[in-house]
Amino acid sequence: MTAPAAHHYTSTGLDSRKIAIWAFIGSECMLFVSLISTYLIYKGRSLVGPFPHDVYTNPAGETFNPILNIPVTSASTFVLLMSSLAMVLALAAVQNKDLPKHTRGERVLGSSKLWLWMTALLGTTFLGFQAYEFTSFVHEGLSIRTNLFGSSFFTLTGFHGAHVTAGVIWLVTLLAIDYRRGLGPNDALNVDIAALYWHFVDVVWIVIFTVVYLLK
Amino acid sequence: MAENPHSDPSATEPKADEHIAQHHHPDWKTYVKVGAVLTAITIWEVWAYYIPSVVASRIFVPMLLTLSAVKFATVVMFYMHLKYDHRLFRVLFTGPLLIAALTLISLLFLFGQLVARFGR
Repeated sequence: MTAPAAHHYTSTGLDSRKIAIWAFIGSECMLFVSLISTYLIYKGRSLVGPFPHDVYTNPAGETFNPILNIPVTSASTFVLLMSSLAMVLALAAVQNKDLPKHTRGERVLGSSKLWLWMTALLGTTFLGFQAYEFTSFVHEGLSIRTNLFGSSFFTLTGFHGAHVTAGVIWLVTLLAIDYRRGLGPNDALNVDIAALYWHFVDVVWIVIFTVVYLLK
Repeated sequence: MAENPHSDPSATEPKADEHIAQHHHPDWKTYVKVGAVLTAITIWEVWAYYIPSVVASRIFVPMLLTLSAVKFATVVMFYMHLKYDHRLFRVLFTGPLLIAALTLISLLFLFGQLVARFGR
């Protein structure tokens, strides 16, 4: 049943689970575009600071620097991009599990555990960056209730962070299965579905990084 | 009356195009090259952010949006295998994406954000 070549009959000839994950990703596109739309509509309309790219001085004379930390977010973006690379290598390792591995390089590339660990670790690192960013924003005076920027920013990036968290949990379950009985070509579709979700989370961040952090 | 497809033993076998779609994925070298391209584009984006003359120019916003779109498409085509997979998956993804993009543009027009930018 789990073998890709022996799935149940469908009128399209395609596995229903893969169709379902693509339909789910399509619906998620709409969710994130609605959140990005909200952010863009409120962009530049906050009455009080802190602001994302500009200095703000309140009536009491307190000065707030631009709140966004581009070097930190660039690093977290790189981490998430590399997690996508690790995820495709994990999928390739599962798909090619049965192929003979002669060299050390082939054994490294063929280790699904290594690449799944790497992906989960990089995902967790990204979440660490986000926790650091959220904490520093709150310390600098920006919370979800401060202004329109705070509300739309924390909602958008918070939703994305929740998706990354779900992805890390998914990866950990795959790792548990890999340690318990080993993931092989018969499990390739299950890993492929998890990988599609993970890459989607990555592409959403690509858009958020540009729209929220880089566009002034 | 139509024959029950479940009774057909050949129905459980994958179709030829599906077989190709499941196995014609790039090798690890392509994945690493794609990762390098994504990193290079990200460095380009961040570099542009720190150059005041680029930020002040008219190309800044279109350039960043184009680079972001290139990164988006690269991940979707190569890492999500949409370039190699069945056409139906492309439809399932690009259909909602197109609707979402149109909704975004419409909302920005409706709330005056796009008009304000064109007016500058």
